[in-house]
Amino acid sequence: MKGPYLHMHSENLVKMANNIGAFFQAEPDHAVAVQGVVDHLHKFWEPRMRRQIIAHLQAGGEGLSPLAREAVAVLMNEQQKNAA
Amino acid sequence: MALLKDKDFGTPPSTSDKMVTLEIDGFTATVPEGTSVMRAAASIGIDIPKLCATDSLEPFGSCRLCVVQIEGGRGLPASCTTPVFEGMKVVTQNDRLAQIRRGIMELYISDHPLDCLTCSANGNCELQDMAGVVGLREVRYGYEGANHFDAKKDLSNPYFQFEPSKCIVCSRCVRACEQTQGTFALTIDGRGFESKISPGQNQAFMDSECVSCGACVQACPTATLIEKSVVEKGQADHSIITTCAYCGVGCSFKAEMKGSEVVRMVPDKKGQANHGHSCVKGRFAFGYATHPDRITSPMIRKSIHDPWQKVSWEEAINYAASEFKRIQAKYGKDSVGGLTSSRCTNEEAYLVQKLVRAAFGNNNVDTCARVCHSPTGYGLKQTLGESAGTQTFDSVMKSDVIMVIGANPTDGHPVFGSLMKKRVRQGARLIVVDPRDIDMVRSPHIEADYHLKLKPGTNVAVVNALAHVIVREGLVDEAFVNARCEAESFNKWKDFIAHERNSPEAMESVTGVPAQTLREAARLYATGGNAAIYYGLGVTEHSQGSTTVIAIANLAMATGNVGREGVGVNPLRGQNNVQGSCDMGSFPHELPGYRHVSDSTVRAQFEAAWNTRLDPEPGLRIPNMFAAALEGSFKGLYCEGEDIAQSDPDTQHVFAALEAMECVVVQDLFLNETAKFAHVFLPGASFLEKSGTFTNAERRISPVRRVMPPLAGYEDWQVTQMLANALGYPMNYSHASEILDEIASLVPTFSKVSFKRLDEVGSLQWPCNEEAPNGTPTMHVDHFVRGKGRFMLTEYVPTEERTSSKFPLILTTGRILSQYNVGAQTRRTANTAWHSEDRLEIHPHDAENRGIKDGDWVGIKSRQGETVLRAVVSERMQPGVVYTTFHFPESGANVITTDNSDWATNCPEYKVTAVQVTKVNAPSEWQQKFRSFTEEQLSFLEKATAG
Repeated sequence: MKGPYLHMHSENLVKMANNIGAFFQAEPDHAVAVQGVVDHLHKFWEPRMRRQIIAHLQAGGEGLSPLAREAVAVLMNEQQKNAA
Repeated sequence: MALLKDKDFGTPPSTSDKMVTLEIDGFTATVPEGTSVMRAAASIGIDIPKLCATDSLEPFGSCRLCVVQIEGGRGLPASCTTPVFEGMKVVTQNDRLAQIRRGIMELYISDHPLDCLTCSANGNCELQDMAGVVGLREVRYGYEGANHFDAKKDLSNPYFQFEPSKCIVCSRCVRACEQTQGTFALTIDGRGFESKISPGQNQAFMDSECVSCGACVQACPTATLIEKSVVEKGQADHSIITTCAYCGVGCSFKAEMKGSEVVRMVPDKKGQANHGHSCVKGRFAFGYATHPDRITSPMIRKSIHDPWQKVSWEEAINYAASEFKRIQAKYGKDSVGGLTSSRCTNEEAYLVQKLVRAAFGNNNVDTCARVCHSPTGYGLKQTLGESAGTQTFDSVMKSDVIMVIGANPTDGHPVFGSLMKKRVRQGARLIVVDPRDIDMVRSPHIEADYHLKLKPGTNVAVVNALAHVIVREGLVDEAFVNARCEAESFNKWKDFIAHERNSPEAMESVTGVPAQTLREAARLYATGGNAAIYYGLGVTEHSQGSTTVIAIANLAMATGNVGREGVGVNPLRGQNNVQGSCDMGSFPHELPGYRHVSDSTVRAQFEAAWNTRLDPEPGLRIPNMFAAALEGSFKGLYCEGEDIAQSDPDTQHVFAALEAMECVVVQDLFLNETAKFAHVFLPGASFLEKSGTFTNAERRISPVRRVMPPLAGYEDWQVTQMLANALGYPMNYSHASEILDEIASLVPTFSKVSFKRLDEVGSLQWPCNEEAPNGTPTMHVDHFVRGKGRFMLTEYVPTEERTSSKFPLILTTGRILSQYNVGAQTRRTANTAWHSEDRLEIHPHDAENRGIKDGDWVGIKSRQGETVLRAVVSERMQPGVVYTTFHFPESGANVITTDNSDWATNCPEYKVTAVQVTKVNAPSEWQQKFRSFTEEQLSFLEKATAG
C-alpha cells in the first residue's frame, strides 16, 4: 500500500462517514440515528472500507463526528464479536 | 422486410368517450365525438385527398383539396376542419368535388417544378400522389406565368435542405414547429402569391432559432424540406423499428435502410414515449456509427506507454482473461471489477454484472448511473419503495401544475420538453427551480409562473421551505397521508419541517429565493390541482442529492400528488438506459431487481440459476475503486461503454487511479479517454448493430433491433460472453433474447417481458408481471410499493465547497441540446455545427469586473485544478454563478470539479465548485499535458492501424 494514498483514503472515508452522520443527525431519537449510520455502512460500504474506518477509529478516530464515531464503534464491536 | 408506412388519418384522434355514428359514401362509421370527417372517413378506409392535413397536426383547412359534400349542409366544407355529428351523411367523391380538386391541383402544379423523375422525394411525395389521386391530366394555365422556380435553396443546415421552389405553402412545417416542437422558429412571410416560409426573420435555417428537431422535414408533403441523406442516397427500401441511443426519453424510431446502410431515422408515430417526434440527436446524429474513428480490431499492449498491437479476438480475450486471473491470484479476489454503462442495453448490463459476480467472484460492479441518478435510486426506494419514476411521459398532459427542479428538459430531454411546453401552452401552471434562466423559464409562448432562482447547492433548503409552507398553512392532504403513509414517520417529519429554521424567511439568505415568491409557489403546488415534479441532475449531483430526492418524495406524499395520472415524482434520466442499467443489478450492493446482495433468499435464487456462489457483501463503487486503486488493492477493470476518464470528477485523481491499475480493459466504439489508459481494447457495437432492450425514464422497456451487422463482428453481449468463458465461467447464449428471458425468470418486475411481447406491443413499462401483464403506466396507485409511504427527515446541510476571496464564483456544469454526455457520439457528427467547444457562461457583471468580453479565453481555477475555455457573456446566469458543459475532453471541465459527493451514494457534486475566472491567453498546464498525452496515444493507435 502506498502511504500518502492510504492517508488520503482514510481522510476520504472519514468525510464520507461524517456526511452520512450529518443526514441522520436530524433524527431526534439518538439510538435510531446511530443505527441509521450503522445500517448504511453495512449496506453500502465494501468490507475493506469498513475495516479501514474501524482501523482509523482504533488509531484515534481523528476527524470523525460524534455520531459517525459512535456508529463506527458499533461496527468495531460487531467485528470483534465475529472474530471471537 | 418492407418499408413501414404509417397510415395518415389526416387529423389527430379525439379523446372523447362519447361515440357518434355517421354515413360516409353509404358506409357507416362510428367514431368519438369531435373526430373530423376526414379522420372518420380514413377510419373506414376512405382516404379523402389532402395536402395541408396530417394527423400529427391540428387541422388548418387551407388547401381545400379535402372538400366534401354534407347532406343538408351549405357549400362544400373542408373535411379536415369539420367535426362529425350524429346522423351526418357525407359524400366524399362526385363530379363537382372531383372538378374542384383537379382545379386546385392545377393551380399548385402551375407553380411547381416538373422534375419528378429527378426529384429527391420521388416515390414519397404527397403532391405527386395527390396529382395521381385527383386524376390531373393537364395544367390549363401553363408554366410560363409568375412562379417561384428561381427561389434559392437553403443548404445551411447540415442535415436537411430547404428548397422553396417546391413549396406549396401548406404551413405543415410552420405548424409542426409550433405544435409539435414548440419552438416557433418558422412563419409564413408575405401575403398571397408572395407568401413564403421564413425561418426566423427571413434568415437561413442555421441563423434562425431552429433547433433542427426535423419535425418540419417530417411534416413536409413535398421535397421542399428533405433530409440531405435522402437527397444523396435516394429513398429507403426497408425499415426496422428500434430505440434511440441518446437521452432517457427513449424515442422509438424507424431506421429506414437501403441494404445495411441507414438512409434516415424517422421517429415512430406509434412510439409510446415520443409519438412521432424527435430531436436533432436522435433523428440526425447517427453518423458516428460509421465514423472513420471506429475501431474494429481488438488491440492489446503491456503498458499504456507502448504502442497498440492489433490481435485476433481470441488473442485479445485470452490476454484479458489471463491478466484478470493473474491479478486475482496475486492481489486477491476483490482486486478486480467491472463497469456497465447506461449507453448499453439491459442485456449487456445484466451480463457484465453477472460476469463480475460469477466469474470474478465479487460484487465490484458499478455503472455510470453512479455519477448521475444513483440518489434517485436511493431516495425513491427509501420513501416510496421503488427506485424509479412514478409516471408515463404522457401523464404531464393531465398536470395542472408542473414543477421543474434542476432539470433542463428542452436541452437534456428535448422530446419530453416539447410535450411539457405543449401542456404549459394549454394552461398548466409552471414553477421552475433552477439557478439559471433556462428555456422553461421564458421562451416563445412559455413563461413560468414562478422561477425560484436559487443559489447552487441549496435545493434541500428550498424544498424544505416549500414543505414548511404547506405544513404551516394547513395545505397537507390529510386524507391521503392518513390512508397511504406511515403515521409515525409523517408526524416526526411534520414536527421537523414545521420548525422555524425551515421557513422561507429563515432560508432566504441561504437560498437567495425571496420568501414571498417561495410561499406563493408552495401554495400553487399544493392547491393548483394535479401537481407533478420533474427533476434532473441539478437535484442529484450534489452532496445532498439523495436528501433532495427524499424531500421531493416527502412533498409529493404530503400533498397527495402520487398514484394517479398528472402527478408524481419524475426523474428525468440522463442517458438512454440509466433506468435499465440500474434495474439490471449494476450497483455493487444490489442484484438485478434492486435486491440487496445480503438477502440470502434472493442470493439463493441467483446462485441456483447461475450455478455459482455469490458474495453477500457489497462491492466497491466507482470512486471507491479509484481510491482502492491508488492505495494498491484494486488492479484490474473491465469497462464497457463508459468513459470514466472524461465523465468522472476530479480528473487528475481518475487519471492517477487508472494509471495505477495493471489491466484496464475497455470495450467501446472509439479510443475514448479511458481507452488511452487501457491495456486491452475490445471493439464495441453501436445501437444500430445489436439487439436488446433499453428502459427509459418512465420505466418503458423498448426494443433495440439490429439494423446492420456489427462492424467488428460481434454484438457487445457476445464479447462479454467470450470473456466470461475465457475466465472459466460458462455462458452459452445464442441470442440477446435469451438473456432477457433469463432476466424475466429472475426479476419479478420483468417476469412477463420478452422480445416476442415487445415486438407485439411495442414497449412495456415495468412492473410487467402476473399482476400487471400489460405493464404499469402509473406506480403506487392504491398503495406504495413498500406498503405505506415513508417520510424522512431532510435537514439542510450546506456543502463543504465554499466560495472565498480566492474562489469567489460558483461553477455549475450541465448539458446542451446538440451534444450528448462525453460527446463521443455527437462530436463525431455534424452536431458540432451548433456546439464545437465547451464554453464558460458568465454574467455580464462578473465579466465586466474581470475585463472579460464575449469570446475571450478565460482561466477557470478551483481548489482542484485549472482549465481554459472561451467565455460567453450571458444574462441567463445569475451574478456569482458560472456554467459550462463537459462534452469535449480537451475542455477539462472535470479537472476543476471536486471529489465531494452525495452522502448516501457517492454521486459526485458536479453542480457546485468554487472557482475564480480570469482572462488568459494560453491553455492551462493540464490542457497542455493532456494534448501531448493524447498525441502520444493517437500515435500508438495509428501505428496499430497502419500495422
